[in-house]
Amino acid sequence: MDIFLIGLIAATLRVATPLLLGTLGELFAERAGILNLGIEGTMFFGAFVGFVVGGATGSLWLGVVAAIVAGILSGLLMALLSVQLGVNQHVSGLGITLLLVGLSLFGFRLVYGEPRVPPAIEPFGRLSPFGQTPILGPLFDQYALTYIAFALVPVVWWLLYRTSFGLQIRAVGENPEAADAAGVNVFLTRYLALVVAGGLMGAAGAFLSLAQLGAFTYGIIAGRGWVCIALVIFGNWDPVRVLWGALLFGGVFALQLRLQITGLQLPYETFLALPYLVTILALAIAGRNAAYPAALLKPYKRE
Amino acid sequence: MFKRSFLSALIVSLLLLTVAAQCAPQPAAQPAEEGPAKLKVFGAFATPIEEPWDGVIHSALLNAESEGLIDYDYTDDIGYAGDMERVLREVADQQKPDIIFGDAFGNEEAVRRVAADYPDIAFVFGSGLGPSEPNVSVFDNWIHEPAYLLGMLAGGLTKSNTVGVVGGYPVPEVNRLINAFIAGAKEVNPDVKVLVTFINSWFDPAAAKEAALAQIDAGADALYAERFGVIEAAAENGLWAFGNMSDQNELAPDYVVSSAVWNMNPTVQYVIKQVQSGAYTAQDLKDFSMMAKGGASLAPFHATESKLPPDLIKMVKEREEQIKAGLFRVDIDEAQPEAVN
Repeated sequence: MDIFLIGLIAATLRVATPLLLGTLGELFAERAGILNLGIEGTMFFGAFVGFVVGGATGSLWLGVVAAIVAGILSGLLMALLSVQLGVNQHVSGLGITLLLVGLSLFGFRLVYGEPRVPPAIEPFGRLSPFGQTPILGPLFDQYALTYIAFALVPVVWWLLYRTSFGLQIRAVGENPEAADAAGVNVFLTRYLALVVAGGLMGAAGAFLSLAQLGAFTYGIIAGRGWVCIALVIFGNWDPVRVLWGALLFGGVFALQLRLQITGLQLPYETFLALPYLVTILALAIAGRNAAYPAALLKPYKRE
Repeated sequence: MFKRSFLSALIVSLLLLTVAAQCAPQPAAQPAEEGPAKLKVFGAFATPIEEPWDGVIHSALLNAESEGLIDYDYTDDIGYAGDMERVLREVADQQKPDIIFGDAFGNEEAVRRVAADYPDIAFVFGSGLGPSEPNVSVFDNWIHEPAYLLGMLAGGLTKSNTVGVVGGYPVPEVNRLINAFIAGAKEVNPDVKVLVTFINSWFDPAAAKEAALAQIDAGADALYAERFGVIEAAAENGLWAFGNMSDQNELAPDYVVSSAVWNMNPTVQYVIKQVQSGAYTAQDLKDFSMMAKGGASLAPFHATESKLPPDLIKMVKEREEQIKAGLFRVDIDEAQPEAVN
């Protein structure tokens, strides 16, 4: 039972990491009033660029940095379309996802040709500050990016609620006209929010290709970006509640994999559906008071 | 007004970029050679060719091209949203190939509808259904025989008496491999426990890895990677792993003992010969994907061979020879396997 529980918690933290990074990114974008549906493609692009750079330079951290830069570029493209040109956010976001998924697969063939076995590199090792200590040892046997992702939650909270930058982001997401009248540069603030968001999404993708797998394959993101969008709503646009959402989803996902092999006489689909059922249920209960950033989806135009 | 036209221009350009990005760089056309006219062959794949199933077909066709037997061109990532029929019709009308290879899963009716309108073209498709007169032949990945041998290896190598399998979906193509693997493990080690997890995805290596780690937590110490992602979990924990579809030893040379390999070359060669001689008929090409005809095989043990018990190797090699000679039949069991066997 101990092994079961410790394994479950350790797996929960692993599964939650890319979700948490992506969700914190999406949170930035949405708090500034931009729904960034480019998240799925941005994560894919980050996973690809991180893998190529990590593999080519032999430095995984350089790969992570490259993935963040790739995410920032994607965020800038989203900003160009949705902030500068005022394009419908659904269209520009989905367009970016289609574009970046296609571009990454194309880039993959340019770099690696058509290998029958996906190219692999030695991924990040795990950090175990507690060594072989009974319980704590195996529990805190995680990738550096996992520690960073969880440490980012208070940082994001502080940025959003305790700095003027955060206040500006929230202001342009609620009432850009008033923010503009108060002297806030709405366009610049939204650009910056999308840049931060893109960087976090790129890092989320790099976690999968550089830490979790050490490989880049078609389908590596597998819809995690869309889960992040749901988690932002689940967390009511609050970084701390988003953390609980990522842990809940990650936890139930890790749990269902363990329940499948206990031999319970239930169709395996029941277990697979669990994380989604629980999320929907939690959304229905906790999300009733969802308070959207008032300016979400509304392009801002100066009269 | 300006806004709307800009918007549509944007959408169109994004779509064009995406389409352009998904077109693979095509191999340069080879200079025409003297001799019998080369067959024109087209590949129509629902997934990107990086997907291992379609990848096996694609690489066999590339082989035939490099041997100078065919001119080959392909489209991949066609998907399951109705584009297969359009692509096939365009190709049949404009390129007029002699043979179209592809996978019909998820597009079974579209393929047969188009094929009926072009009786002069041989349609050779991976399919879970039967052939259709006059021109649709079917094949499938019949690698349950090497999967059985992998099961024997896993059953013989496990110290904890627990082995694991992570599969995509419980469809017949996957079930028969897993059931054969279980049967092989039980032959060598009747007490072995086989854990089976499905991730309900063909491509989510991160989830497959988590599923494998959960099996390792439950005691499994030898893992069959029906999907990508499992070998990484095994290697990370220093455990034996078994690959699927192609020889995956290079993913973890110290831990991947062997793989169940599917090889489409015999099928492709056979169809080319048939079409060249004008003898092509609609048929089930199943046998050409089995071990006896070289369509399936057990990958070499590579660097792990020295670490394997010699009697186990001997036993597996004997079985392999018996299967090839037709003296041992691996049951084809397509029922969904239990989670714990």
